[in-house]
Amino acid sequence: MSAKIKRQMLFIFCGGGKILDSLLEIDNLRTQFFTSGGTVMAVDGVSYDVQEGETVAVVGESGCGKSVTALSIMRLIPDPPGKTVGGRIRFMGKDLLSLDDESMRQIRGRNIAMVFQEPMTSLNPVLTIGRQISETLETHLGISEEEQQKRAEELLDMVGIADGKRRLKQYPHHLSGGMRQRVMIALALACEPKLIIADEPTTALDVTIQAQILELMKDLTHRLGVALIVITHNLGVVARYANKVNVMYAGKIVEKGTAHQVYYNPRHPYTLGLLSSVPRMDQARGQKLVPIFGQPPDLTRLGVECAFRPRCRFAIDRCSREIPPLENFADGQQAACWRMHEIDDLKKETL
Amino acid sequence: MFRYIVKRILLVIPTLLGAAVLVFLLLRMIPGDICELKLAGTGGYFDKEALAICQKELGLGRPLLVQFFEWIWGVMRFDFGVSMWTNRPIIEEIGLRFQLSLEIALLATFSATLIAISLGVTSAIKQDTWIDYLVRLFSIAGIAMPSFWLGILIILGLLISTQAWFGEPWMMPIEYTPIWVDPIANLSQVIWPALATGYRYSAVATRMTRSAMLEVLREDYIRTARAKGLLEKVIINRHALKNALLPVITVIGIEFAFLMGGLVVTEQVFNLNGLGKLFVGSVSNNDYTMTQALVMLVALIFVATNLVVDILYAWLDPRIRYN
Repeated sequence: MSAKIKRQMLFIFCGGGKILDSLLEIDNLRTQFFTSGGTVMAVDGVSYDVQEGETVAVVGESGCGKSVTALSIMRLIPDPPGKTVGGRIRFMGKDLLSLDDESMRQIRGRNIAMVFQEPMTSLNPVLTIGRQISETLETHLGISEEEQQKRAEELLDMVGIADGKRRLKQYPHHLSGGMRQRVMIALALACEPKLIIADEPTTALDVTIQAQILELMKDLTHRLGVALIVITHNLGVVARYANKVNVMYAGKIVEKGTAHQVYYNPRHPYTLGLLSSVPRMDQARGQKLVPIFGQPPDLTRLGVECAFRPRCRFAIDRCSREIPPLENFADGQQAACWRMHEIDDLKKETL
Repeated sequence: MFRYIVKRILLVIPTLLGAAVLVFLLLRMIPGDICELKLAGTGGYFDKEALAICQKELGLGRPLLVQFFEWIWGVMRFDFGVSMWTNRPIIEEIGLRFQLSLEIALLATFSATLIAISLGVTSAIKQDTWIDYLVRLFSIAGIAMPSFWLGILIILGLLISTQAWFGEPWMMPIEYTPIWVDPIANLSQVIWPALATGYRYSAVATRMTRSAMLEVLREDYIRTARAKGLLEKVIINRHALKNALLPVITVIGIEFAFLMGGLVVTEQVFNLNGLGKLFVGSVSNNDYTMTQALVMLVALIFVATNLVVDILYAWLDPRIRYN
């Protein structure tokens, strides 16, 4: 816990991390999908930083652009129909969007690794676990076959898979979902990357396994000093594991801050809605959960209004005329809402 | 794996037995009689006595069950008897033609597989580019064109072009020369029908490869492979192709077995003395013994190809071994 506080202190003292050279800086990223139904603004001007060794959460409901942001960092957006049309992604001083394909390939798996949502389909069914781990080592580190084998066993041991020697010879269908996700994590850690992007790593797993996997990821990233972007719609995950949180809605970040700020002092009605729609240990028993009504907007038809306005309890006239920009609220906390300073009073009124 | 193969081989026995019963009964349900055909062939009128002698000679008057078991007993000892029509040993008659048919089928399969996999994969990777359109045009044309018609075109093309270039028309040899006697004479005869049938064959397999590849390339594990930073050629060859090959192998297997017994018209066009021609001849002559032997041969080929396909399946996809 002390390491986490220290990091947060450092973060606050450095004025939101701007003085330190960030590991990853995403600046005004825009990724669109060109479909027959129109242009989908999947990611529309997203900016955030990730410092070395830090865990950053990206939260939001399905289709808000969380995963597309992650795939844009990896440059794995299927093109066509998708394309990153604007913005900048700086990673370890390199501009990822202007790299040639070969240089980008060398970064993938070596410096930035990814853990996907579906462990059942993310591993190749016709290759052994050992082959799938060793080929990454072979590609990026060029080490001998014996060393690959040794390292692969070591990795399985690290992610808590016993009897690695036997497991390496097995195929994905021999393993359970939780085990496969452990293999995915081992794969991500294989070349000791600087950053791991975990795209809903626990969504497809049983609740008991979810906690195990998250603890494992937290433990390993802290121990190895790997930065982690964890994409999730689970606010419990955020509160427990993240240093910083970005809340996304309709392709934009609507609120960002430290986990503590966002969890205990949300400024955006959407964040507030997310928090009141899940049960919390610090609330009185029997308190009703309040869902967010309505549907997320059609990303092909975003007008000049706050995208959350149709579902917002606190919407005013201005919300339908102007899109609120992301503005500072407190040290390190930003929100995109015209009424972010009145939220506390509004919250009381509705209760 | 070993147990799987043994189990599959044992399953061949009931399949072949079923084919034997079917062909034996169905043939005898066809109206007409080989002796009538034989005798009437000389003038239309035949002697009743001669007919009885002929039928007695061929053993057609005996009870069906006796005939059946006698035949099966022979088959089990690889003794198929003599052709009712020519009186020559069946093994010899089939042996003559089997070589030719097998050679054409192997040649067509080999070249079609090579073409299909390389074109299909390229077409899938370059989806919706001019390369893809070209490959699709090539394969649609191949499916639309009957191979006997392509055969006629090839023959005419050869005649006309050799006439134009060398002054006299060249025609492929009609007499079959085994490949170990004179490879050049052999290939100059066999390559053309192989080409004519192989084109259609490769077209079917190309389309199958393309669509299987397109499907596999959208799988999550391909995205994982990309996220691992693997080289594109490794992603295609190791990760995608191995998964996409399953349906392609099925198509190749079926087509191969078909080529071994069904090349009736193409053989006619190229004037080849193959299994297809023998098949048609013996059915229309009511040559029971020959037809039965040929059906058993084709059934065996189908079963064997299926077995090979299944073993390849299990080898390519570890999940199948346990099902």
